[in-house]
Amino acid sequence: MRTLSLKVNGDTVQAAAPSHWTLLEVLRYKLGLTGSKQGCDKGDCGACTVLVDGRPVLACLTLAGAVEEREVTTIEGLMPLHVKSGGDGPDPVQAAFDRCGALQCGFCQPGMMLSARALLNKNPCPTRAEIREALSGNLCRCTGYTQIFEAVELAVAESIGVAPAPRSWEAQRMDPSEAQAAAKRAAAHLAERRKQEGRE
Amino acid sequence: MQAHVGGRVERPEGRAKVTGKSVYIADLKVEGAWLGGTVRSDVARGTLRGFDFAPEFDRTRVVIVTPTDIPGENVQALIVDDQPILAAERIEHWGEPLLLVAAPDARTLEAALAAIRPRIDPLPPVLDMELSKHAQKQITIEKGDVDAAIRAAKKNGHIVLEGTYHTDSQEQLYIEPQGCVAFPPDKDGTIVVKGSLQCPHYVRKALVRCFGVTPGQARVVQMETGGGFGGKEEYPSVVACHAALLARAARRPVSMIYDRHEDLAVTPKRHPARVRHKTVVDKHGRLIAMDIDVLLDGGAYTTLSPVVLSRGCIHAAGPYRCENTRIRGRVVATNHVPYGAFRGFGAPQTCFAIERMMDRVARATGIHPFALRHKNMLRVGDSTATGQILKDSVGSAEVLAAVAEKTGIDKHGWCAPRDARAGKARGLGLSFFYHGAGFTGSGEEMLKGRVRIDVLADGRVEVLAGSTEIGQGTNALFLAITAESLGCETADVVVATPDTAHVPDSGPTVASRTCMVVGGCLTKACRELAARVGGDVKRPWRERAREFAQRGGDGQVTVQYSSPKDVVWDDDTYTGDAYPVFGWAADVAEIEVDLVTLEVEVKRFSTAVDVGKAIQPALVEGQIEGGSLQAVGWAHLEVVTTRAGKFEQDRLATCIIPTTLDAPKFDVMLVEIPYAHGPFGAKGVGELPMDGGAPAVVAAIEDAIGVHLTRVPATPERIMEALESASQARKQ
Repeated sequence: MRTLSLKVNGDTVQAAAPSHWTLLEVLRYKLGLTGSKQGCDKGDCGACTVLVDGRPVLACLTLAGAVEEREVTTIEGLMPLHVKSGGDGPDPVQAAFDRCGALQCGFCQPGMMLSARALLNKNPCPTRAEIREALSGNLCRCTGYTQIFEAVELAVAESIGVAPAPRSWEAQRMDPSEAQAAAKRAAAHLAERRKQEGRE
Repeated sequence: MQAHVGGRVERPEGRAKVTGKSVYIADLKVEGAWLGGTVRSDVARGTLRGFDFAPEFDRTRVVIVTPTDIPGENVQALIVDDQPILAAERIEHWGEPLLLVAAPDARTLEAALAAIRPRIDPLPPVLDMELSKHAQKQITIEKGDVDAAIRAAKKNGHIVLEGTYHTDSQEQLYIEPQGCVAFPPDKDGTIVVKGSLQCPHYVRKALVRCFGVTPGQARVVQMETGGGFGGKEEYPSVVACHAALLARAARRPVSMIYDRHEDLAVTPKRHPARVRHKTVVDKHGRLIAMDIDVLLDGGAYTTLSPVVLSRGCIHAAGPYRCENTRIRGRVVATNHVPYGAFRGFGAPQTCFAIERMMDRVARATGIHPFALRHKNMLRVGDSTATGQILKDSVGSAEVLAAVAEKTGIDKHGWCAPRDARAGKARGLGLSFFYHGAGFTGSGEEMLKGRVRIDVLADGRVEVLAGSTEIGQGTNALFLAITAESLGCETADVVVATPDTAHVPDSGPTVASRTCMVVGGCLTKACRELAARVGGDVKRPWRERAREFAQRGGDGQVTVQYSSPKDVVWDDDTYTGDAYPVFGWAADVAEIEVDLVTLEVEVKRFSTAVDVGKAIQPALVEGQIEGGSLQAVGWAHLEVVTTRAGKFEQDRLATCIIPTTLDAPKFDVMLVEIPYAHGPFGAKGVGELPMDGGAPAVVAAIEDAIGVHLTRVPATPERIMEALESASQARKQ
């Protein structure tokens, strides 16, 4: 047993835990932060992904003692963090996941969304290939992943101020010419942005 | 007001899910709860002689449950009473539960499980389904005269083709493992179990038998559930009984949450299958006769196998017209871990076989696979293998047209020689399939599923159903149907938590039935309620409903499902209307085979699906893409094998499912041919996308490299074997 001093979601917290405990165990069983999920406890599924100093780590493979004095962000902290930095309501990634049908059972989502947040922090305008790569450590069995990619793209589009490419179900309620124009605008904007950044 | 049906309704549980606030079973805080674990058999078959306890083991620190501690019957109640809750003497499979332990903490539990060793005299197990002598269920479906058609084939200048097809098991792999928390009986003897589950009333039924109590004394509450896909249809009853027995013995709550190893090792998976086809076809590619033999490995106990076999057999002849059809099916007992429900429920296995056979027919007759399917497809007025005359909502021609238009599959030169650039060969493969919505045969009539709605004091309407939200969107679906039917806003509707103490038994959340069957009852209930509430429909619903409640109006409406009158089924002869209606679909897979490693990459997956009406198009697309990816995974990379009756894949690094990098680009085309008896014309969609992916991918491999594979998953090793045996055959 030792007393750990952790910085979780902006707060400094003390937790007494056996020294072999993982970050996931401390989060879930000592701090009551159950948003981080345990899908496999062997680092295979990604459901426990949290951010440590902004980078995604698997909480089930990380000793809690190894992240003392570092900034840990869990799913519970994503919205407060966004609000603190001047945002309104949930993080755009969270809002987009909710809107795009990216979440079904929801069990992989906390980890998935933190991986997506980490990607966008590093690369605010990723390509579809970069999104796929960044989320490849997070397993989802419900969605087929498309709606997850679209959610990340929606979060990107919104944060850079363009309308997202509409999906068929949204197009049904949109005027077709309007939807087409929006899709073209978004695509052109994204391509331009990538060109400026010297990718593609 | 915007349209709720066909539009987009926010998931009521969405915000909690994206902010990490949803409570799944492992997140539930229960004061004073102990942890439960299971001592299991380490052989596939044997006789239990007793237990050895390590000398240092302190029995007073834990609570132990053996079969003698079961107050009711030692029976895992489902279809047949052959599975014990704890094996008392006869052991029938690896991992069979023998004894239960509860401990105050994880370390004590782990030590206890390590300290208790069962003493077992091993017996030789039966692990090859072809050698099993014990059939759990047999079915014969017969139409016309298959033998006469085969005898006359030569004289009539018909072609006779034979093929044998194998499909391996598959793990559901919900990301949240199985788990329940049970509370000890209260002073009235009531047991409460909360858990991750699809079918609360199934669990209640199991507890009633296990404890010898009345249904009112067994209360089951569904927690937020992290995926099911059939995997949480029957197995949660096992976890629930075990946890509840421990809670009773320990006189405190017991939490039993499986870790991934235990979940992979002992929970039921898709039935392995062997399907034989003998097909007679004329030179124009018209199907003359189909003789089909289906064999499924049921594993050690019956579980749901008879029903899986039934659905598998009914779908075995595919969505094709054929006057002479015979389907003989058998599911046999082996000493494998029992196989069970998984999305598709027997149909993916038989669909793989018929679709592979259709590709053989295409090659043998020189008819294009698309044209062949188009020529033989069922249309309105045609009869299926069970003699069901298709009356309406048949989207066969439409789904084929949609994939053809999208992919050009109808003009694609199938298996034509082509360049392999950069060491890779590309291919396109087609599958065409249908899936019956709702329970098979008289199932829905026997089940009599009910749904209730209730006007609350503030004018909102509560929907009470046993149907569970497991990610597929039950909550949003019920909101859309209710709001649309009553002409109110979705904010005026609340969906009750499935809790057997409060919600009626709507039947299980399985069989692509929640939207069509339960949703159908819901629309009827809403119609009745709207008539009762009355008033000027231009005024907001909540005002009118509040006034109705204030003047003492009866705002409670219960509707029980009854099949449409023209749906007639005969269980004895297996003839008639097997399902009230079918969903229809066609898939085109575009793949690339690496010619060195023989790895397959699915680049694009186009699927056209007739769902009747998409109540929530975004949810329907989610079902179609998610189901299709499970099918694609099964087609070429999800390997599940056993050795000595034990699953070899014991963690997610070996029991693999597709990642973001394995997922193809999806083109989903929703075709809506309305079904007159469905809510707003809707049929089922849950299982359908699981059926066609495997044959489409394997056909695309054949198109790319010319090898005719007859088994899934089509791993590089299997492709290599097939290529080698093909080249051997050419040499001889």
